Amino acid sequence: MTTTTRIERHHYDVVVIGAGGAGLRAAIEARLAGKKTAIISKSLFGKAHTVMAEGGAAAAMGNVNSRDNWQVHFRDTMRGGKFLNNFRMAELHAKESPQRIWELETYGALFDRTKDGKISQRNFGGHEYPRLAHVGDRTGLELIRTLQQKIVSLQQEDQREHGSYDARIRVFSETTITELLLDGDRIAGAFGYYRESGEFVLFEAPAVVLATGGVGRSYKVTSNSWEYTGDGHALALRAGATLINMEFLQFHPTGMVWPPSVKGILVTESVRGDGGVLRNSEGKRFMFDYVPDVFRKQYAETEEEADRWYTDPDNNRRPPELLPRDEVARAINSEVKAGRGSPAGGVFLDIASRRSGDEIRRRLPSMYHQFKELADVDITAEPMEVGPTCHYVMGGVEVDPDSGAAFGHVRGLFAAGEVSGGMHGSNRLGGNSLSDLLVFGKRAGGHAASYADGLPARPKVAVAAVEAAVETALAPLQRDTGESPYTLQQDLQAVMGDLVGIIRREGELEDALSRLAELRERVAKVSAAGGRRYNPGWHLALDLRNMLVVSECTAKAALERQESRGGHTREDYPAMEPKWRQVNLVCALDGDTVRLIRKPLPKMRPELIGLFDRAELAKYLTDEELADFDALVPDAGEADNR
Amino acid sequence: MSAKRQFRIWRGDETGGDLQDYMVEVNEGEVVLDIIHRLQATDAPDLACRWNCKAGKCGSCSMEINGKPRLGCMTRMSTFGDEETVTVTPLRTFPVIRDLVTDVSFNYEKARETPAFAPPEDVAPGDYRMQQVDVERSQEFRKCIECFLCQTVCHVIRDHDENKQAFSGPRYFIRAAELDMHPLDTRTDRKEYAQAEQGLGFCNITKCCTEVCPEHIKITDNGIIPMKERVVDRRYDPLVWLGSKIFRRGETPQTSVTTARQGSATPPSTSRGGVHSHAGGSHDPQAEAQAQSGVNWHREVPHPTAPAVDDRGRLPLTELTFDRAAAPSPFGDDVTFPLPPEHLNFAHPEQDKH
Repeated sequence: MTTTTRIERHHYDVVVIGAGGAGLRAAIEARLAGKKTAIISKSLFGKAHTVMAEGGAAAAMGNVNSRDNWQVHFRDTMRGGKFLNNFRMAELHAKESPQRIWELETYGALFDRTKDGKISQRNFGGHEYPRLAHVGDRTGLELIRTLQQKIVSLQQEDQREHGSYDARIRVFSETTITELLLDGDRIAGAFGYYRESGEFVLFEAPAVVLATGGVGRSYKVTSNSWEYTGDGHALALRAGATLINMEFLQFHPTGMVWPPSVKGILVTESVRGDGGVLRNSEGKRFMFDYVPDVFRKQYAETEEEADRWYTDPDNNRRPPELLPRDEVARAINSEVKAGRGSPAGGVFLDIASRRSGDEIRRRLPSMYHQFKELADVDITAEPMEVGPTCHYVMGGVEVDPDSGAAFGHVRGLFAAGEVSGGMHGSNRLGGNSLSDLLVFGKRAGGHAASYADGLPARPKVAVAAVEAAVETALAPLQRDTGESPYTLQQDLQAVMGDLVGIIRREGELEDALSRLAELRERVAKVSAAGGRRYNPGWHLALDLRNMLVVSECTAKAALERQESRGGHTREDYPAMEPKWRQVNLVCALDGDTVRLIRKPLPKMRPELIGLFDRAELAKYLTDEELADFDALVPDAGEADNR
Repeated sequence: MSAKRQFRIWRGDETGGDLQDYMVEVNEGEVVLDIIHRLQATDAPDLACRWNCKAGKCGSCSMEINGKPRLGCMTRMSTFGDEETVTVTPLRTFPVIRDLVTDVSFNYEKARETPAFAPPEDVAPGDYRMQQVDVERSQEFRKCIECFLCQTVCHVIRDHDENKQAFSGPRYFIRAAELDMHPLDTRTDRKEYAQAEQGLGFCNITKCCTEVCPEHIKITDNGIIPMKERVVDRRYDPLVWLGSKIFRRGETPQTSVTTARQGSATPPSTSRGGVHSHAGGSHDPQAEAQAQSGVNWHREVPHPTAPAVDDRGRLPLTELTFDRAAAPSPFGDDVTFPLPPEHLNFAHPEQDKH
């Protein structure tokens, strides 16, 4: 059979899987380094999930408040991630994101401006100063379009120089990679299919950059698109790489819960930054009851003070609606569980009674437009019904912070963006993902290019591996006795949504693992009706095994971590445990089974840990770590005022 | 609150296909894309349809619903009557791949032909300074989600494949307009390029693109018309004309664009043959059908647009400064006579009153 299957072959230096912000930025960098680069996009070019990011891209440019700098941004990121972040990634991110944003302007991006013509920056949950470069509330679209147009401009250069747009950088749209191919422990290529035709395609390349985004499609209520099936996570695992922090999933506090068809669509945090408040069914502004001790100092205690902050942020503390996402999500969850929720099972987000209709339409144009068109809800006239929604996975491929090269026993594999892990620790701050894409996209692309340069010989793709990949890909079409992929996906979503959701319990997680094991049997026998030509049922059948293995990682790690931190909340272990802060849970694949390894967190360098106030660190660190800190930083008390 | 509803969906591929009937459950608050997904999960697992964000932000789920180009995720079921059959077909302007999925590569080719942003060479990254008021005009066009609904509705290419080579379509006119209005773009020939290379002249401003734009971008008013006007300014400004005659160094639009492509730079006045002129036609399928059985004088048509006139209320050009012998046609240079009856339009002065 396999000998008769036609396979299109391509040779590239760098293959970038994923065409969102991170993938495109990586591809630009690889192409600028002179490498022949392929971009594999599961959708059409320019449709990636990055377009959904609304708030902005965090970068300490200091355009609005000149006191902002990379140290403050670094501190906010670590604090938001509950100190579980890979400090080096957080440091690089804070240092490099301003350059990455400015660079976008040279590609043609048009951010909103300050009065003196600089890039305007807005407030956002968890950021001490206004820091998010933005374009209304469609910053993600601006970012993806800008990178897309930069790639077109590089193609135009190649057209002038080599006579072909595709000479050095080519976009393979609507193409899915199902397997990475190895030569020993080195990446040798990637195998996949064109969605349009169902024809197979083989990319022979020594370096692969994964930029496939997240895993949210395993959840019932999610803001993520169909593409988010954890392909990159699963490809990396199967190639011998490791995943970290998979227990940490971010549930966005304010997804739409009504009407049902748009359940999961996000209401940007800037609604809260611009004056929106959360109320329960009794009309109470309940967030004041949910300010955790670690944040007590920065947040207002009365409605009056909170309301003054919008106009005078220097002399007032922030409204508690701007607490980090996980705190807000947990608060909403508690209100709903206490029976004070909205009719559709959420809470009310009210901006209508607090700002004029004109102002709302001006500051939140696409939000206004989206609600009006999708739900016939006028946000200038009535409150919205919102609730927690699966939004972002903090966990991902364990990478070297500087180069984005995957750990584990594989070489030539790089990862950037949501598919990589470590940068955001246990919880990501809003606005940090867009800058993450740019900073680490560039790094991964550049390092993939230099890795390809440094190879003495190109790794070879083994024929047997290709044949096996073809067989696996065609299997669901050849079976007609298995279950429908749609049923299996619904069952998987139910398991993850009900048992590995925002609040977790030991018994439920154990239950989830046994159900996932059952699902694994059923997924192995899935069958897809129809042919190979643009067949969404077949595509889903192939994605299912990725979703399944990634879900297993999440459930296993969530069961193992006996504490609550950031995007992982255990009802049976509600407190944050300093001992657990020293541990990363690493997932690897042993044959078919997911194996968990405990790995110590890298130790922060003295000049970085010295940026924090001792009193703050005391909430996160163990006594031994604090003793080390005191020895390192004798004048720690003053560090806070930098 | 669920009920069975009648759907007709086009199934097939490039070799042909037809509309198939489905009875499918519809719940309160759902959109057309939800129904497509329900069909995939039940009766038609291999029904091909593009989608991504399901929130009107990515522009993937473009389809024609009851004949009108729309986003599946933004078309609420409550906008149809309870007994109404909903007909869903693929975008008509592009070749079908399968079911509701079409080959939209035309758009990506045109995107590649449109010259990219040309950054100022002497401004370092981080030193870009622009005023909000100046970036807002371009920002309107950058809202575009590339759903290509404007491209599929545009009659210049909708039923005229032969125009595709010379015509980039509304999406790329606003891309040119966006760069033309970009405060720091260093290319100065965006309008001339649009006229000579993108086929801007084919557009006769029927505003269908604006009508279907899910982002409500005023494609015609804010993008196409200013681009046309400015091109006209330069071509017909008497001083520019005199200057170019006297000094013989006039950079007229016809010669200012350098391009590798040959022959595609046809201004509309010389290539009318194949161009289908609607001159204000409506795209309501019902009206189209009626038009074929005779002229329906009662259909709603866009009001005629008054020409741009100068302070004295006159057209800003005279026979002396015009580049053709004799006065321009009052009906527009792209209209030939006799007009086919189905293209005759009459906007009753009181058509808005009832």
